[in-house]
Amino acid sequence: MLKKGTFEQKYTIMPSISELEKICSQVRRDIVRMVHAVNSGHPGGSLGCTEYFTAMYFEILKHSPSNFNMDGTNEDVFFLSNGHISPVFYSVLARSGYFSVSELATFRKLNTRLQGHPTTHEGLPGVRMSSGSLGQGMSVAIGAALSKKLNKDNSLVYSLHGDGELQEGQIWEAAMYASAKKVDNLISTVDVNGQQIDGSTDQVLPMGNLKAKFEAFGWDVLSLQNGNNITEVIDTLKLAKTHTGKGKPVMILMKTEMGNGIDFMMGSHKWHGIAPNNEQLAQALSQNAEHNGDY
Amino acid sequence: MKKYTFTEKKDTRSGFGAGLLELGKTNPNVVALCADLTGSLKMDAFEKEFPERFFQIGIAEANMMGIAAGMTIGGKIPFTGTFANFSTGRVYDQIRQSIAYSGKNVKICASHAGLTLGEDGATHQILEDLGLMKMLPGMTVINPCDYNQTKAATIAIAAHQGPVYLRFGRPTVPVFTPADQKFEIGKAVMLNEGTDVSIFATGHLVWKAIEAGEMLAAKGINAEIINIHTIKPLDSKAVLESVMKTKCVVTAEEHQMNGGLGDSIAQLLALKLPMPLEMVAVNDSFGESGTPDELMTKYGLDAINIVDAALRSIARKGK
Repeated sequence: MLKKGTFEQKYTIMPSISELEKICSQVRRDIVRMVHAVNSGHPGGSLGCTEYFTAMYFEILKHSPSNFNMDGTNEDVFFLSNGHISPVFYSVLARSGYFSVSELATFRKLNTRLQGHPTTHEGLPGVRMSSGSLGQGMSVAIGAALSKKLNKDNSLVYSLHGDGELQEGQIWEAAMYASAKKVDNLISTVDVNGQQIDGSTDQVLPMGNLKAKFEAFGWDVLSLQNGNNITEVIDTLKLAKTHTGKGKPVMILMKTEMGNGIDFMMGSHKWHGIAPNNEQLAQALSQNAEHNGDY
Repeated sequence: MKKYTFTEKKDTRSGFGAGLLELGKTNPNVVALCADLTGSLKMDAFEKEFPERFFQIGIAEANMMGIAAGMTIGGKIPFTGTFANFSTGRVYDQIRQSIAYSGKNVKICASHAGLTLGEDGATHQILEDLGLMKMLPGMTVINPCDYNQTKAATIAIAAHQGPVYLRFGRPTVPVFTPADQKFEIGKAVMLNEGTDVSIFATGHLVWKAIEAGEMLAAKGINAEIINIHTIKPLDSKAVLESVMKTKCVVTAEEHQMNGGLGDSIAQLLALKLPMPLEMVAVNDSFGESGTPDELMTKYGLDAINIVDAALRSIARKGK
């Protein structure tokens, strides 16, 4: 087992798949422990996006965790648009070296840098934009991508969105703009878990064929069938990188399972925004082995 | 009363356009975004000269605010341009989360503010924008009075780190401030030193305050007239020093009483120096179609209304 907070040194060389799977297990432990500790937060979507974040921060992104700068010059930059899945974001930021994993214990507590929804306001390294009010992150990502083009910076911009978030109109303003203006240094991903607060997306507001919709909006659309398989996530993100620079923004429609990795949380919207009790926490932890040290 | 003259009338939006063009030449990080109102905002000269730094967003103001926020990452200084209504009310949450709370260096430039937009009517005549913007923590709110001052303000805000709301308008108004003025954010401008009443005016009402000062002088009243071009941060020192001397106040603005300059000054005085105060502003009402001059008269925003308010304020002194 690794000592706490030593990931960055260890993973200057890309970790193996089995190592990444172990990180995922540890991140899932972080998520449920964080929301349990303050009896609030959003475990469901966080668990479902564990493989995505782990792949991004330990394999895909060109970034400097110990030397964070807001401008992200010559680095890839990432924006979390569905800010409520902050637990997974914070866990992976900490475990990839942006700040100490011990700080995860302050999540949602008074005077924390780990606010309920991510913010730049408290100066947390790794966060470049506040999010929480949905639908804004794609526009922001486009702005950062345009800035990179003006700066002749060839690194990429990534954004993550919830599928329920696509019900916000601003997403489609942004989607229309990105293709019309050939913002081709952008890889957006939608977490298609089919769930939102009030029920399944099909119950609340069916969104039809998302692939056809984004293609009609001029995007290069990739489908990721199992977003909870780390190999598939990495392969698709790597494939997406080869699709950049060709005149179109790139979209990954990533199917995940809300609550993935904890059997009683899976396949339902019910764990979108509630915390486990003591018994449930113990059960959740028993299903995800500690590999890299709990915070 | 100090004499003010002017040789021409120009629209403040053209001052913005001229300032933006100059910034384009002097600051390579300045970029401009517009939501299908390039001509109305006088951004066409910038677009023509610096096409690679001009971004036509289309009729999608929410997207424009988000893109502007994102462009600051990488060191750009985005100036967004659309009407005041679409620069504030329509995109309040985008400004709140992606710009103000995120502390992004975006300059929100808003034309056609207030009643003087004229015939298009109340849908476009926002009278709440100063209030909406000043309530956001960290937001600087500026409402210059003429072409020269708007140009100077446009140039000044590029050098200021942090979000700014810059409000200007459509009608031509007298150009009376110096072309070479140095615009200091948050610094009130003394236009006439007086002893009987303090008149604090902003935007298009500044010239009307000067006219009112002349009318008051004819009645033997010596009004102190101060141009408050920066609503936030308010120059509290200048306001308190003036009111300490005159002991009564008039505020004048093309905005709702709720949330505007008068509201800011009333709050300051209530806390620090309670004195009689009269407000020349729109009283909890939407506007309507009409010519700018007709509307300013109907809604009580003329020089004569400032004179009447001054007389009422003076009459309340010491009571």
